[in-house]
Amino acid sequence: MTEPTPVSAPRRAAFAPAAPTHLSADIVARAHELIALYPEPRSALIPLCHLAQEQDGWLTPEAMVDIAGLVGVTPGEVFGTASFYDMLHTEPVGTHVVAVCTNIACLLGGAAELLEHAEQSLGVGAGGTTSDGAFTLEEAECLADCDRAPCVQVNHRYVGAQTPESFDRLIADLRSGARAAEIPPHGTLIRVRRTTGLEVDPAAVADERRAAAEARAAREAAADGGGA
Amino acid sequence: MAITQPPKIVTSRLGYDDSHTLERYLATGGYEGLRAALARTPEAVAAEVDAASLLGRGGAGFPAGRKWSMLRKNPVTYLVVNGDESEPATFKDHLLVERDPHQLVEGVVIAAYALQVSRVFIFLRGEFALGLERVQSALNDAYAHGAVGRDIFGSGFSVDVVVHPGAGAYICGEETALLESLEGKRGFPRIKPPFFPAAIGLYGDPTVVNNVETMSNLPWIMTNGGAAFAALGGGRSTGTRLFALAGHVANPGVFELEMVKTTFDDLINAPVLGGGIPHGRGLKAFIPGGVSAPWFGPDRIDLPLGQDEVAEAGSMLGSGSVVVMDDHTCAVRAAWRITKFFSRESCGQCTPCREGSGWLERIMERIERGQGREEDLDLLMDACDNISPGVAWPPQQTTICVLGPSIPSSISSAITMFRDEFLVHIKEGGCPYE
Repeated sequence: MTEPTPVSAPRRAAFAPAAPTHLSADIVARAHELIALYPEPRSALIPLCHLAQEQDGWLTPEAMVDIAGLVGVTPGEVFGTASFYDMLHTEPVGTHVVAVCTNIACLLGGAAELLEHAEQSLGVGAGGTTSDGAFTLEEAECLADCDRAPCVQVNHRYVGAQTPESFDRLIADLRSGARAAEIPPHGTLIRVRRTTGLEVDPAAVADERRAAAEARAAREAAADGGGA
Repeated sequence: MAITQPPKIVTSRLGYDDSHTLERYLATGGYEGLRAALARTPEAVAAEVDAASLLGRGGAGFPAGRKWSMLRKNPVTYLVVNGDESEPATFKDHLLVERDPHQLVEGVVIAAYALQVSRVFIFLRGEFALGLERVQSALNDAYAHGAVGRDIFGSGFSVDVVVHPGAGAYICGEETALLESLEGKRGFPRIKPPFFPAAIGLYGDPTVVNNVETMSNLPWIMTNGGAAFAALGGGRSTGTRLFALAGHVANPGVFELEMVKTTFDDLINAPVLGGGIPHGRGLKAFIPGGVSAPWFGPDRIDLPLGQDEVAEAGSMLGSGSVVVMDDHTCAVRAAWRITKFFSRESCGQCTPCREGSGWLERIMERIERGQGREEDLDLLMDACDNISPGVAWPPQQTTICVLGPSIPSSISSAITMFRDEFLVHIKEGGCPYE
């Protein structure tokens, strides 16, 4: 059995990370809080991408350089990871990302017709952003709100089942700011900040890890012995 | 069959508007299960879960107690909770994380104690913005209450729990893809063997991965005993389970039902549950356990909601989501949309899945749009056969994970059950339902 090797250790060493220059002091402080929660800094990569989107609305190249420095990978590794995920936008998006689910339960509830209406109403196709930068329309996969089909999320906040008429009212409310308290601008995902750091004694954790490693070595030695 | 009235094990607080708060949780027996657990040995807690025969609620249905006992002799390093609920038409964990986050936290700490781990990660799909906030708030309150953190309730046991947001990828519900994502990488599933999480999991260390609903059952099991849980349900399917009912029913929603004692007919048609198909229409087909599962026709509606019972009938109970299609539904369009989903969500590592899903989607699209050819039916089945040889259930696998072999289910079901409908699309050059 082969142990997984750490990600690209040689290249990581070759990349000399600079101090963050693009992310604000507040975001960087929160980033350090998040990094401290994980045994490996890279685990905070995706949470940090969400934080960067909170600042800029999308994941800018400058932010990716900062994140790379913070978690100890190359900017290319940040981009290569982020581009895999639907919620991380490496191109600008609107202040409101409106996601219309058209997967099976919503399809049966009229989602294809709703999406068509949304495209006409906003004047952009799915994937497009309105010229004023207010809205990006997305055809989404299942958002797990299937008893309220067709399901719509705005900036990942559920807004309940929509008809063409209610959809237009929703857009008007978003334009006027009537729902700003409930639906923050795109990028702000988690408004509740963790109030404590890790509490378990690091020395105790280190002891546990050492015991686990020894037990694993003993198991593997026993398995090798059994196989020989 | 009659609809039984089992105790509400995971949905008991949902009648309260403030079900997510610590005040309501404590006023309704909250954290009593954890206190009961901490008064016993970790082995005794694990034995209680074994006695409950709790099957994992994520989709694969592996007994949680056995998953743990495999590891009890090997020190486990991490517990990871899978809350990346993304299987289409599955929305039970959505309810649990938003409406009863303390129940999840309590279950997690009980499991951590049984497994003797000091670090837990709760991975929630990123689209659960409110759920992420609710679980983080619950954790903040639970730390302050002494239910998480150092020396929990004065027991000497300590554990840290971290909420981790996903970023939008169905594949991260697959447990090894989830671990990759948690390590800050693309959600590429790992090949098994050797990368079974129990042996080589998070950062290469032994890891237990359990579903949100599985964890949420633990407080009740600790308070009421594993035997009381095992007395509910039937056969291997013990206890209650959350069923997410969607599609063409009068009253879609999440229902907590006793397993095996209740049938699909009850779930879909009982006035207190699904309430039947609206507009006086008939049942065309239903998907019994997420879109990876083969479809059933009306002849299977009397099947009990049990894991083995559904498996014996040729499908799976999977994630506990049931999608109902009425007799005005186009089977081609439904199967096309499901195939499009798999094509979009294939991670791209394995050729049969990456390429096959795209080919299948394009063929399905042209049939639905009236540009299909008669030989397309054989072509579809041939492509399905390349992804999952034999196109049987349970499926054969040519890929690293089970996303690939899940792709043919909807297409082969639709062709087997509604072949004439495909032929009408092809011969008439369009969809007869439009």
